[in-house]
Amino acid sequence: MTALTASTANSFSAGRLPRGSAWWLLVASWLVVSAVFALLAVADPAAGFNPVGAVFFGTVLFDLLLFVLSLLVEGRRRAVDRLITSLVATAFIIALLPLVSLVWTVLQNGGARMIAPSFFTESMRNIIGPGGGGLHALVGTLEITGMAALISVPIGLLTSIYLVEYGRGALARSITFFVDVMMGIPSIVAGLFAYALFALLFQDPGIRSGFIGSIALSVLMIPVVVRSSEEILRLVPNELREASLALGVPKWLTVVKVVLPTSLAGLTTGVMLAVARVIGETAPLLIVAGFTASMNYNLFDGRMMTLPVFAYTQYANQGPDPASFLGRAWASALALIAIVMLLNLAGRVIASAFAPKTHR
Amino acid sequence: MQSRGDRAFSSLALIAGTTILVILGAVALFLVVQSIPALVAGSAQLPGEAANFWAYVWPLAFGTIWAALIALVIATPLAIGIALFISHYAPRRVAQSLGYVIDLLAAVPSVVFGLWGIVVLAPFVQPFYRGLSENLGWIPLFAGPVSGTGRTILTVAIVLAVMVLPIMTAICRELFLQTPRLHEEAALALGATRWEMIRMSVLPFARAGIVSALMLGLGRALGETMAVAMVLSPALVVNFFLLHSQNPNTIAANIALQFPEASGVGVNALIASGLVLFVVTLLVNMLARFIVGRRRAFSGAN
Repeated sequence: MTALTASTANSFSAGRLPRGSAWWLLVASWLVVSAVFALLAVADPAAGFNPVGAVFFGTVLFDLLLFVLSLLVEGRRRAVDRLITSLVATAFIIALLPLVSLVWTVLQNGGARMIAPSFFTESMRNIIGPGGGGLHALVGTLEITGMAALISVPIGLLTSIYLVEYGRGALARSITFFVDVMMGIPSIVAGLFAYALFALLFQDPGIRSGFIGSIALSVLMIPVVVRSSEEILRLVPNELREASLALGVPKWLTVVKVVLPTSLAGLTTGVMLAVARVIGETAPLLIVAGFTASMNYNLFDGRMMTLPVFAYTQYANQGPDPASFLGRAWASALALIAIVMLLNLAGRVIASAFAPKTHR
Repeated sequence: MQSRGDRAFSSLALIAGTTILVILGAVALFLVVQSIPALVAGSAQLPGEAANFWAYVWPLAFGTIWAALIALVIATPLAIGIALFISHYAPRRVAQSLGYVIDLLAAVPSVVFGLWGIVVLAPFVQPFYRGLSENLGWIPLFAGPVSGTGRTILTVAIVLAVMVLPIMTAICRELFLQTPRLHEEAALALGATRWEMIRMSVLPFARAGIVSALMLGLGRALGETMAVAMVLSPALVVNFFLLHSQNPNTIAANIALQFPEASGVGVNALIASGLVLFVVTLLVNMLARFIVGRRRAFSGAN
């Protein structure tokens, strides 16, 4: 009998914690830590109760408790599994905290101002106090980023196709290498480059235009597009290419009709992330597109305001009425976030509509 | 025997690839030519009366690398954890929406992170910094005096970490999802727990990709301008203190803050410091490529 008991005491047949016990433990540790924090708040009323700290340290306590309990009841392997599970979930919650805080702050400070009628119908021309809006910045952002995407996506996508489907030898190796190098170009250096290029071309040290901004953004966007598309294209199974080629389809049609549609979802996500990366760039646009209070629809002539620069200048150069300047800064921040979210959403809808049906 | 379509398509792809080389060459050429006046300038011409260019740029280069490293130390475990959570732990039905939630962070522009860092994060973390310094002050990193505003290099690093999270997470997540299904099922069929399955099949498959995700994150953290320029309270110092009000500035933030007022050799000095930043990121990328190349992951296309 004793021999039998001993033989079952291994990790394959050890005991299990009751179903749902992890959730109870989580709630219990939150309560315990909240009680401790409440006591601290009573002891030192000036500090007050800290909900974020309570949740954070409660979760940490839960992670440790669950590990120890599971180690005692279920054995080491399952205990490690539970520990990793709770740590991974904790990581996700930690990442949510800044997001929630940020969205809440932006909505709170900019929400009312953005839906106020003047924000999308007026520029800042002749405005020194309240009123005015970011229409000129909105137009500038859409035009500059759209032009940057028009330049970058074809170059980036074709380069990744070259690297994956055609590239052999030294040239492909050096392109891969220099795409990585280009990825490391800081946004502000890209801005300096675009500025110097056009200042030299037109012999005008004070030159500013939206198109220079587009060039600067393209320098930042091309490597992102290449890199993400390349990763995705490489994940297309070779069997698909071979099947297509074996049917007598020429290579370029194989690429266009088989490889690209298979990876379209990933490619779209990559392009969307690239746009999301550049649409909020402030530093290069501050240098090359400048800032203005007036409308400018012409990409090729004169200063052009953009939403991120608008937010920055409204914050940095607060006039005699700081509240309305800060309101416009947060409102343009909110508008910018909304635009990128819409783009992302559109990307996802396109991606899921065109994605090949898989079992995953 | 190539068809005409094949030839046209492949040369189009080739031209696109070559364009990248041309652009990069132009960037490098411009940076070097514009930097030369600053490299040979004496102390009278340089900003801050620095003895020579290297004395001028050293505190900035140090601050850049230091801030980015702290940010990566914070962001890497979080990014891998979140990616695992979304790809292997969260219920399949909600996993995609959770991924979208993290991608929302990428939708936030750096200037908004800057605003948030000043208005929300810095006042929020300042009491923690005080506690940290009182209790762990014997560790040199946390030595006082603590900044009264919370606008220290650690706050900047937290903002940077949050900013690089979505890119790192998105890449890791895609990689983890691409793990061969059969490897995972084989591990589970052998009796592995979920974590053992991940350690045996998912992480080895994704290792090289994780390094490239890290590299992307580091590149972004090194070059990030506006959030640093807005949040940090800078000084011309070199130190490792995380909580002081005297923080080493970063190269990018210094350029953004000084460029509008710079003139003469000052402009060249800023451009030369941009070149230094460029070289630092280049070295980081080459190191990362070396690691990736040593542990090349197999893929469908090779």
